[in-house]
Amino acid sequence: MPTLDRTIIIAGAAGQGLVTVGELLSKILTRAGYEIFATQHYMSRIRGGHNSFRLRISDLPRYASADNYDILFAFDQDATTLHSDMLHEGGTIILSDKLDAVHKQCVRIPFDKLSSNPRYENIVALGVLCSLLGLERALPEQLLSERFASKGEEIVQENIAVLTSAYEWSVAHSDKCSQLPKMYAHPERILVNGNNSIALGAMAAGVKFCAFYPMTPGSSVAQTLINHSEEMGVVVEQVEDEIAAINMALGASYAGAASLVPTSGGGFALMTEAISLAGVMEQPVVIVLAQRPGPATGLPTRTEQGDLLFSMFGGHGEFPRIVLAPSTIEECFEMGHRAVSFAERYQTPVILLTDQFLADALQSLETYDLHSLGQVHRPDYSDTEPASYQRYALTPDGISPRRIPGIGKTTVLADSHAHNERGNITEDKALRNSMVKKMLLKESSIRKDVIPPRYYGNSKPDKLLICWGSSEGAVREAAESRIEHGENVAVLCFSQVYPLDVTQFIHYLENAKERVCIEGNAFGQFAWLLKGLTCIPIEKNISRYDGRPLTAGYIVHKMYEE
Amino acid sequence: MRDINEYGQYSEAWCPGCGNFDILKALKQTLAELDIAPYQAAIVSGIGQAAKVPHYITANGFNGLHGRALSSAQAIKIINPELTVIATSGDGCTYGEGGNHFLAAIRRNVDMVALVHDNQVYGLTKGQASPTTKEGQITKAQPFGVTNAPFNPVEVAIAMRANFVARSFSGNVPHLVETLKAAIAHPGFALVDVFQPCVSFNKVNTFGWYKKRCYELGEDYDSTNWNAAIQKANELDEQIPIGVLYTNNRPAYGGHLAKKLVYPIGTGEVDSAAFESVVKKYS
Ligand SMILES: Cc1ncc(C[n+]2csc(CCOP(=O)(O)OP(=O)(O)O)c2C)c(N)n1
Ligand code: SF4
Repeated sequence: MPTLDRTIIIAGAAGQGLVTVGELLSKILTRAGYEIFATQHYMSRIRGGHNSFRLRISDLPRYASADNYDILFAFDQDATTLHSDMLHEGGTIILSDKLDAVHKQCVRIPFDKLSSNPRYENIVALGVLCSLLGLERALPEQLLSERFASKGEEIVQENIAVLTSAYEWSVAHSDKCSQLPKMYAHPERILVNGNNSIALGAMAAGVKFCAFYPMTPGSSVAQTLINHSEEMGVVVEQVEDEIAAINMALGASYAGAASLVPTSGGGFALMTEAISLAGVMEQPVVIVLAQRPGPATGLPTRTEQGDLLFSMFGGHGEFPRIVLAPSTIEECFEMGHRAVSFAERYQTPVILLTDQFLADALQSLETYDLHSLGQVHRPDYSDTEPASYQRYALTPDGISPRRIPGIGKTTVLADSHAHNERGNITEDKALRNSMVKKMLLKESSIRKDVIPPRYYGNSKPDKLLICWGSSEGAVREAAESRIEHGENVAVLCFSQVYPLDVTQFIHYLENAKERVCIEGNAFGQFAWLLKGLTCIPIEKNISRYDGRPLTAGYIVHKMYEE
Repeated sequence: MRDINEYGQYSEAWCPGCGNFDILKALKQTLAELDIAPYQAAIVSGIGQAAKVPHYITANGFNGLHGRALSSAQAIKIINPELTVIATSGDGCTYGEGGNHFLAAIRRNVDMVALVHDNQVYGLTKGQASPTTKEGQITKAQPFGVTNAPFNPVEVAIAMRANFVARSFSGNVPHLVETLKAAIAHPGFALVDVFQPCVSFNKVNTFGWYKKRCYELGEDYDSTNWNAAIQKANELDEQIPIGVLYTNNRPAYGGHLAKKLVYPIGTGEVDSAAFESVVKKYS
């Protein structure tokens, strides 16, 4: 359990700059050595509405939001009314002296006095927060100098002057807020969100082509690739629709580039025909499916784990596929890499199932461990000339040699129909059967490579909490808190959800007295799948489908609710 | 000039007399005359009778989904600009199911050829009206006559100032070969819409019907004259001009791509030093 666990909520209307303050503060804290987990809650509008940025500060990594806050930074009056009741006993509200004070412990900032220019309100806010938390002024100063360097020395100095006046003013209020204990500062640490992490993982694995049609919360994967496209030699194309996106990705993949398409539920729905194509054509492609409440399209900026079964079964006909569901931002990197690697190795579509919560959440990391990443399988780029090349040659593991058109003198024929070994259309019974058997072999090869689920806790628990993907953080925290209360609770978490290898985990299910499956959807989709695969009952489903992420408090409350 | 037999001989599953045979022949002859080896070309298609072409020619081939040939074809060219990329599919595939991609491809202007087998009907699904079927034409699915106004692909492409817009006729193989050669040579997106008789389902636009109407544009025709091109695109009744109707010189897609790209994109190693400096940006 962490000894430090503090949460700040910065809330206000969209367009007030609260995300800027939240992000800058997160970065400063990351550099100062704290473990940061921040989530963004926003409404589907660009200005107005109510948004918040929740920043959890700890000495151990946390992977979920907290249920209560220690500090509420209110950018408007609504923020005070909406969030005060979630404030811890003794918590502090920081707000402008123009707003009404609503809590005994208030810090009221005279923005006008601290900066004559209202443009710098964000910097005042940042300065006050940093100062009250006891962060050395050099940290925000350094960050502001970097951030505004391109705008010229004058702007940097103006920002620093405002920051200084905020710090000086805050001295008189330092009793309103307890300072953070000092950490070992580490400027090399990084701050990334889930989608950054997926994109970086995919680039580390050699992704070179991305086509996308904008759809929140998937688009920022493409945006991250765009931001680094020049250095990393990645081609990113915004296209006319999701159908084009995936069909382009398949063309690019055929021509030799590892390809990725990010989207969300509705876009994925449009892609399903081409997912079947990728399956039968045996063309690698990675689809990042960032879930949000749907259908068509529910709560566009909220979170949910509602597309699990759709991701497994979307598409017509039978073909092998892999569905991965990273549970943490660090794992997003690993899974971004793994998805590309699996796609290339098994020549089949790989779906990376994430959600708004994970896509947008920010976390501090000790950068990435590049050495732990496996080698990525690559097609045969050689230009030697085999006597006869067959794209769909029958092999013992179902994986055929993949060559790239235009490299060497062999020709490569990729086809969407039932085909023979060369790739030509056939209606022949025996050939059709051999090709289906080949797919079954490939499916078996994939099954041998399933990422095992993680298990935490006593081997004979009274309660086994089962989860997949992004809910792991909240579930583990809920379990920790019950274990602290002397209960015998264990956790089983899946990061690969399809295919599954039952032998990897059936004993965990068997050894538990009670099985509880926790998911961010109403139907209990994963529980349904597990029951079908193992014939073991799941006694309880804990669901959340109000668009908000799972938290430990929510889970514990539901565990004991009749 | 290559030997046309290099592109193989296959047993085609088209009806005897179908215009597709001549389009395939013209395609092979074009590649041969331009000295493009089978491994240097990528033939991409969707679904339909026309879309079977990749199976009937020795070359790199990508037979994808109905309507999506242009999407895959553009990406193939982007990844490997050395390949001569030709998307070859029907009018239903390209202008119906693929309509949005057709418009986008003109705008994106990737250096490739869209060779459309325009039989003014859906062949593989047995004769329903296609986007180019004339208003009033009776089909099994439209027994009271087609009520939708026909789509004029050539006019739309010219209106959008596509880089190269041509019309040809499968019954005039030499003309089609010359047109295809010009389309391949012209940078950017090239549309070659080819009248192709469907002997089984289109009893109106027959070989004879086209033969009687199609006339070749003269030497003096100026393909850079947009107004004239629009006018020619609309001559569709008794006299139908074939040839290169319009040419434009917008730079082809690709000029802006990162300098660091290694072609074919994807074949190079991941630059780990660049990657590490990218990750540093998040600190
Ligand atoms: C999504 C989808 N819808 C419908 C079909 C059925 N289909 C196959 S071919 C075809 C029409 C082909 O017509 P056209 O492109 O004009 O080619 P032709 O057969 O005339 O050469 C249709 C509708 C399909 N394969 N996929
Ligand atoms: S149905 Fe028409 S288009 Fe198809 S092969 Fe027969 S004649 Fe050709």
